[in-house]
Amino acid sequence: MTVYSKKQKKINLMFYFFGGIVLVSVLSVFFLLISALFYKGYSNINFDFLNSFPSRFSEKAGILPGLIGSLLVCLTSMLVAVPFGILTGVYLSEYKRKSAFSLVLQTTITNLAGIPSIVYGVVSLGVFVYYFKLGHSIISAALTLSLLALPIIIVCTYETLRLIPLTIREAAYSLGANKMQTIIHHLLPYSLSGIVTGVFFSFSRITGETAPLIAVGALTFVTFLPQSLITNQFPYISFAWTDDPYTVIPIQIFNWVSRPDTDFHSNAAAACLVLMGITLTISAIALFFRAKIQKSIKW
Amino acid sequence: MISFFVVFILLKEALPFFNQVSLWDFLTGTDWSPLFSNPQYGVLPLIAGTFITSAVAMIFAFPVGLVLAVYLNEFVPFLKPYLKPVLELFASVPTVVFGYFTLLVVTPTLQIFFPNLNMFNMLSAGLVIGLMILPMMISFCDDAFSAVPQNIKDASRALGSTQLQMMFFVIVPYSKSAIVSAFILCLSRALGETMIVAIAAGMQPNFTYSPFEAGQTLTSFVVQVAQGDLAHASVGYSSIFAVALVLFLITLIFNLFGNFIKSRNLI
Repeated sequence: MTVYSKKQKKINLMFYFFGGIVLVSVLSVFFLLISALFYKGYSNINFDFLNSFPSRFSEKAGILPGLIGSLLVCLTSMLVAVPFGILTGVYLSEYKRKSAFSLVLQTTITNLAGIPSIVYGVVSLGVFVYYFKLGHSIISAALTLSLLALPIIIVCTYETLRLIPLTIREAAYSLGANKMQTIIHHLLPYSLSGIVTGVFFSFSRITGETAPLIAVGALTFVTFLPQSLITNQFPYISFAWTDDPYTVIPIQIFNWVSRPDTDFHSNAAAACLVLMGITLTISAIALFFRAKIQKSIKW
Repeated sequence: MISFFVVFILLKEALPFFNQVSLWDFLTGTDWSPLFSNPQYGVLPLIAGTFITSAVAMIFAFPVGLVLAVYLNEFVPFLKPYLKPVLELFASVPTVVFGYFTLLVVTPTLQIFFPNLNMFNMLSAGLVIGLMILPMMISFCDDAFSAVPQNIKDASRALGSTQLQMMFFVIVPYSKSAIVSAFILCLSRALGETMIVAIAAGMQPNFTYSPFEAGQTLTSFVVQVAQGDLAHASVGYSSIFAVALVLFLITLIFNLFGNFIKSRNLI
């Protein structure tokens, strides 16, 4: 028996090392990813790279249209997705009753998050681009991405609201608040950091999303910016930019990578670094908010 | 609602395609060349490509993810609060970056071991997809392992089992339905992965079982078609709807199945 146990202990100890090796090697692969990109692309990153247009010459090419395009497309889509997502989440958690329909709804929304993004792209190509005749424009791209962001926001809102104990709701009702007041004054403020986490996670996800935008027709070689938001005529704000063609950073990267000319690969690496910088920062903000909830709220 | 809407649009737009190509030919044909002058529409090469890359990904990600989840939970639990956020950050690396990483590092490295490996191949694409879904796999398994009641673990330790024995004889059997569902959900994610295969696996539809060759998946075909200019009513245009429909149905079945197993504790 002692022999058996010693053998088991030895195996256990070996697993300590084995697991450690696996862990370190996975982390080092990720580290390799970042360092390889740095090695290849760091010399390209400077102000000119951020501030110039794509070009046929790799030294002169930059990502300005991609940067502006990413910003506009993602912000517009968040503008659509955030209110709808939060409202749906609140509805699912507070208003709907248990029924066969709600079960179907629940299943659908969990599965929506699992649909490949390219399928959303293809569907949007049919709906937004051709059926609603929005064309290959910023607005159709933004609507496409908001389809991707919606399930994430809905699920996050729903789950944070479910975590709030029933006693809070009952306390609000007993003080004479109606349902709407309870939600606005109590439930939403308490679940704010959870919702914000979901919003930032979905923001980070759609910023890096490429495939659906290729499907709805982002351009890969753009040498102009969308029309300006602010004009010098009355009413000073123009929404003409929503109809403009656009490109985004991930698509610019894809374009550079799929060129046979390897000169552009260092541009792609530099653009990858910029993109990763953006998405990792946004995710880090999301993680920060989540850590804050876990610390501060103890029901 | 959106889900029904998705199905409806896909069906509606794919319909003209099936007017020209019979469903039987589509599902059983082994030759996919819709953009040639003599188009052939057999979706099997694309499905084969999709499943080969996903299989490679899962062969890599499932054991590694399981081992890491075990390791983080039982062997180095003090590292978990630091490593989980790091893994979640990696989950937010854009897939196009992974795709470029494949071309830049993974394929050249593999070429050292397999000298006649093509620059574009499904093996390296699959491996990187595995890397991409690894954080998801770990987080699913970790949730499952954390849900095991402490008293069962304590009992097993009190009977003299080592941590590894406890892992294999108590925790893994206890959470096996969650592990199976994690496997299925990750597989469905791998099936839908687009950019890595579009960049790294080449764009040739290839009816083969060998991951060392270039191949095309359902997803990367859509990218290839959508990149070019496409007339609205052409067969090429409706072919991407047909392909997207196939992909949608495959992932939907996997997702439903995975969630079903998870919610019912079937296995």
